[in-house]
Amino acid sequence: MWTRLAHPGHFLRWTGPVMPWLAGLSAALLAVGLYLTWFVVPPDYQQGETVRIMYIHVPAAWLGVFFYGSMALSAIGTLVWRHPLADVAQRAAAPIGAAFTLICLVTGSLWGKPMWGTYWVWDARLTSMLVLFLIYCGIIALWRTIEDPNRAARAIAILTLVGAVNLPIIKFSVNWWSTLHQPASIMRMGGSSIDPSMLYPLIEMILAFTLLGITLHLYAMRTEILRRRVRALTIREAERLDADLRPSRPIGHAIQGL
Amino acid sequence: MTSLGPHASFILGAYAFTALVIGILIWRSLSDHRAQKRALAILQGDAGERA
Repeated sequence: MWTRLAHPGHFLRWTGPVMPWLAGLSAALLAVGLYLTWFVVPPDYQQGETVRIMYIHVPAAWLGVFFYGSMALSAIGTLVWRHPLADVAQRAAAPIGAAFTLICLVTGSLWGKPMWGTYWVWDARLTSMLVLFLIYCGIIALWRTIEDPNRAARAIAILTLVGAVNLPIIKFSVNWWSTLHQPASIMRMGGSSIDPSMLYPLIEMILAFTLLGITLHLYAMRTEILRRRVRALTIREAERLDADLRPSRPIGHAIQGL
Repeated sequence: MTSLGPHASFILGAYAFTALVIGILIWRSLSDHRAQKRALAILQGDAGERA
């Protein structure tokens, strides 16, 4: 069943009717999340109103890592099973993951200035997130360099898997090194250290961002399948025109016939 | 929601940047999809005419 659903043609058929529902649900969850963030969440006793930046910073950071993780899984699908949809999924995820990583870096920086007194420090967590953003940029650039998507897929899958080493570094950087960035406060041993009045709206925003990211990803995958069909048809059309222009008899034979 | 205090520009700046990036992401997705659909329709139309 999975193989049938993952077939590009079938994928286009089953995702078509699902897209408006996913988009609507994402918008509704975002609206609820923003309402909770702006009208229900109390100011933090230390951060004050600046804590509201966390409700976009944390979901964006999660999605930056989540999309890279999904790209690493797709890279395995490309290298081991050579599944066409795995490569499509990987290519569609890169710009979305890069955008959310950029949001994470900029919002973190805007939170850092009033809280830490600086926009940037070469802290292990911040630096590893910047490295993630640069890896995303490298992957997108490599895709644009290699024209044939099948040739590009293998090279990019290998690069993606090499870059995946950065994911545990991002996660555990706050434990392994002494950093200015605070340690894990949601997923940690002994439960979350955040008060429920702030935690539940944060979880709601993470869900809303995740659903929005998945919706954008499925839509970008549909576009990528169409792009590959356009490319295949263009090549076929060029070959047909080329064959039409070619003389019916080879030139050598024509000269001999004279 | 009460007043955002002395750091209002940082908070609003963060939300404005996020809205801008997500807006660009959505706009780019829609325009790219439309462009590929149009190109595919033209190519399939050409193939149909020949057949």
